[in-house]
Amino acid sequence: MVTTILPLTLSGATAQVHGKRILGPVDLTLGQAGVTMVIGPNGAGKTTLLRLIHGLQRQSGGTQNWAVGVDEARAAQAFIFQNPVLMRRSVRDNIAYAARLTFGRSSTTDDVVDDWIVRVGLTEQARQPASSLSGGERQKMALARALIRAPQMLILDEPTAHLDGRSTREVEAILLDAVARDTRLVMSTHDMGQARRLGSDIVFLHQGQVFETGPATGFFTHPQTPEATAFLNGDILE
Amino acid sequence: MTDIWQGILQAFWLLITLDPTLIEITARSLRVTLTAVVIATALGVPFGVWLALNRFRMRRLTIAVLNALMGLPPVVVGLLVYLMLSRAGPFGVLNLLFTPTAMIIAQVIIITPLIASIAHQASRELWAEYHDLLISLGTTRRQRLITLIWDGRRSLLTATLAGFGRAIGEVGAIMIVGGNIDQLTRVLTTAISLETSKGNFSLALALGFVLIGLSITVNLLAHILSGTERGRRW
Ligand SMILES: Nc1ncnc2c1ncn2[C@@H]1O[C@H](COP(=O)(O)OP(=O)(O)O)[C@@H](O)[C@H]1O
Ligand SMILES: [Mg+2]
Repeated sequence: MVTTILPLTLSGATAQVHGKRILGPVDLTLGQAGVTMVIGPNGAGKTTLLRLIHGLQRQSGGTQNWAVGVDEARAAQAFIFQNPVLMRRSVRDNIAYAARLTFGRSSTTDDVVDDWIVRVGLTEQARQPASSLSGGERQKMALARALIRAPQMLILDEPTAHLDGRSTREVEAILLDAVARDTRLVMSTHDMGQARRLGSDIVFLHQGQVFETGPATGFFTHPQTPEATAFLNGDILE
Repeated sequence: MTDIWQGILQAFWLLITLDPTLIEITARSLRVTLTAVVIATALGVPFGVWLALNRFRMRRLTIAVLNALMGLPPVVVGLLVYLMLSRAGPFGVLNLLFTPTAMIIAQVIIITPLIASIAHQASRELWAEYHDLLISLGTTRRQRLITLIWDGRRSLLTATLAGFGRAIGEVGAIMIVGGNIDQLTRVLTTAISLETSKGNFSLALALGFVLIGLSITVNLLAHILSGTERGRRW
């Protein structure tokens, strides 16, 4: 699978709430491949940046350019929220909902849904209401619902923030599997271990600004800014 | 007190003997009201959900108008429908005045705003929950509307039931446009009104108990329905 919607270039991109700027101006390019980890302290603007890329947050200034038209770009993305949205349906029907939007109602679609239920390990829970799932199971359902549409790019906002170690490992396994099938990941995390495990590139945000971008290895060994250094040292950033 | 006792006894007697007049009036009440409820639900629910889904310039005004319509005195609705349907009115040629159809029209006008308003309230919360996901999945407006109606169907049922409650107990408007004609447009409420004015309190009370029983039954049904819902933890 080729990532045709990328690269994405943000130039002077800003976002505001009630007239107050909460992000930017951000200059950023996301290339065609890899796993970009968006990191930074609480309130740095990680969620805002990801939502802005996905079109859930209105951009108040600057430009956002995809390799294709914005509608085509959006249709080839999926988003995983920190708190999964649970439709008032069974686990299976939550996943089927997304699949039917893309592939229509058919027995083939049903087979793909069943396949994904097995892949994310929710066979036992498939008939239960989504609300009966544990935190980890909910996120796995959300992943199936997102990945079943075979997005070129998956955006994730702290997907394991509320999960225990075992669930985090299971979620990461699903993500690595997606990466192996050339899905482009852009995700935020506050878990530096996770950023090291999964990230190929880093975007370091602080106070709504991009302080540093680049390959993950270089960032973790030789951060370029005092802010990033302090953040990696575990100091409290104001 | 004797009146009330007589009423209760007579109500039981009428029910046990399946009194033909009582059955006929009850059946007509149900036919008129259920028809009106089905039509008003088909109009009011999609409109209420649509209002929750869309931001547009006249939205606040629309909601204000909806609430104003909800507060319309039924008697005035009856008068307006009467004027529309009377010989000299714009729809006079249809010959609908003093027919069950006229009563259905009046009831639809009375309960559609109510149903739309409750449906609007009920679906706002669901839309807040679903908003990000449905936008992210690239759904069309139409798909969002259908999804909110389907996933919110149990809470939307409360709108329909409130409409039923209002319509089955309504008397002013249907008295005016139906005329309370024996064997044609006489329903529970208008019959109660007539029997009361004739001083026939026993029969009026008997009919009243039937009306109350009907309301309780419908509300109980709703309760059972929503109970099974909670049991499944949706
Ligand atoms: N709806 C909102 N109203 C007001 N301020 C907001 C809103 N959303 C985000 N912010 C502010 O924007 C900044 C960035 O928030 P966010 O993107 O959620 O940060 P992060 O995800 O990195 O913790 C924060 O200072 C936050 O308080
Ligand atoms: Mg956040």
